[in-house]
Amino acid sequence: MAQLVFFNVFNGLIVGAFYALMALGLSLILNLSGVINFAHGGFLAIAAYLAYTLIPHVGFWGGLLLAPPLTAALGLLIERFLIRRLYRRDPLYGLLLTFGLAYVFEDATRYLWGAQSLPYPIPASLTTPISSTYFFLTGYRVFMVFLVAAAVGALFLVLKRTRLGIRIRAGTHDLETVSVLGTNVRILRNLNFGLGIYLAGLAGVLAAGMLGLEPTIGSSLIMPSFVAIIVGGLGSLPGTLLGGLLIGVASGVTTVFFPSATEAVMYVMMGAVLLVRPHGLLGEPGRAQ
Amino acid sequence: MSRLRRAAPASLAAVLLVTMPWWLGAVGGYTELATRIVVLGLAAMALNFLLGFTGVLSFGHAAYFGLGGYGAAMALKYLAPSDALAVAVGVAAGTVAAALIGALIVKLRGVYFAMVTIAFGQVFYFITFRWDSVTGGDDGLTGWSRLPLRLGPLALDVQHRDLAFYYFVLALFGIAAAVMGAVLRSPFGRTLLAIRENERRARFLGIPVERHLWLSFVISGGFASLAGALFALLNNFIDPRALRWDQSGNFVIMAVLGGMRSFWGPLVGAGIFVVLQDFVSSRTENWMSFVGLFFVLVVLFFPRGVLGVLRRRASA
Repeated sequence: MAQLVFFNVFNGLIVGAFYALMALGLSLILNLSGVINFAHGGFLAIAAYLAYTLIPHVGFWGGLLLAPPLTAALGLLIERFLIRRLYRRDPLYGLLLTFGLAYVFEDATRYLWGAQSLPYPIPASLTTPISSTYFFLTGYRVFMVFLVAAAVGALFLVLKRTRLGIRIRAGTHDLETVSVLGTNVRILRNLNFGLGIYLAGLAGVLAAGMLGLEPTIGSSLIMPSFVAIIVGGLGSLPGTLLGGLLIGVASGVTTVFFPSATEAVMYVMMGAVLLVRPHGLLGEPGRAQ
Repeated sequence: MSRLRRAAPASLAAVLLVTMPWWLGAVGGYTELATRIVVLGLAAMALNFLLGFTGVLSFGHAAYFGLGGYGAAMALKYLAPSDALAVAVGVAAGTVAAALIGALIVKLRGVYFAMVTIAFGQVFYFITFRWDSVTGGDDGLTGWSRLPLRLGPLALDVQHRDLAFYYFVLALFGIAAAVMGAVLRSPFGRTLLAIRENERRARFLGIPVERHLWLSFVISGGFASLAGALFALLNNFIDPRALRWDQSGNFVIMAVLGGMRSFWGPLVGAGIFVVLQDFVSSRTENWMSFVGLFFVLVVLFFPRGVLGVLRRRASA
């Protein structure tokens, strides 16, 4: 029993890491541009399928390395030619446009790669369990946890130390002042969008190795990411990370005791948080109003 | 004069709706399609009560629509063989859910409000999806059907005659539209418009903004669940897709496409959307791409909607 709980906590942590990775990208875009990127899951799926196509040519590691930046490049183009036109308009339109894109992406992956789920090849060195007692601790899972941790660490480092990161953070507080001080806000938002999509791409490639490839992989991961942002607190990236991990573990543990509530538990948590702290666990009180 | 101007669109809508089974049939449609337009039009108008007239973006209205549907279906399957009871149970289920969730979210604004409504919309999807012993799970709830209506000696066979069912739906639609219109013209409705235009000023005037938003959310959710109940009766079937996020998005695009600043706009939008979806999905497997592109094109080139553009032409 203890092992079962441990297994599901660990599993929940991994799933939560996906949610967090995806939610961090969503949060970056939302905070700086005020757009809820409904197509985020679509970008995730495209990255995963792209890696699948690349692997026969460049190997597993090459796919992991190449697919996310290629997807981010697509993101830069989409932002430049579609999403940028909507920044001054009611947030409704950004939501509708990315919603339409999500449809197109999902359908495109189905058209190009088929509706059936595809097996995602993982190198043999990563599939063997690390110990026989904890048989579920395959190298791949441990590797994933480390990689997500590294990616999140790198993201926070970029935001804290680099010029781009500092400008992104400043822009989320007061974009107008940042613009007046000589930063090209258009480019800033474009790069920020690309950064968010890069994170989604990374999550996609990793998720494909664990969950397998299906056209709906993106739309099944995006809803929990919204919940992660709301639970963690609007406007706070550490909050988003915390929210992702929390709901991942919560649904992992619920799987043991009450499997049919695996998803519902996240929303119960969200309701509870909104009741007690409408701005989320680590959010800034004024931001949501 | 103003009375006449107000009555004109409503009379035009009434004439078009009453005659729809004929003229839609003449251009290649069928009665069930007409019923679907009216039902989804009601849902889009209910959403627009919130979106266009209160200025609050809900992207999760499929939840209340779907709960109305499941309420009606489960009442017919498990409770009693009565269409009236089914509709009542459906509306009650959706309205109660809207009241509970509305209370949690009225303090949020803008995109954040939208995001929370999206997320909450999914709760009911997962519940119906997982709880298959009661809801039928992914396969949907079957083994029931709508029944003939009986009122004393009068009987209307809405079960087998599609046309009779159309007029039954249209009657309920007419009542719902009249009530929504009356609410919007009342002092309460005008206050909602004031909140939409300038929330801070409304607050300074002493208007309890949160309570108004909550009431508007409940009214909107209530009419959406009425539409959902009728939707279930129309199909003699309901499945979790009725309350998934894509259905919510469809309602929003219907409202925008028709024109969200006008009362009848969402109905026009629903008409265009339903006919287009019917046409595209009968011809290609990739209808999702078409619908998605359609969303993008509407947002980029047609954000005011049909009636918004017409009205602009008229005043220019």
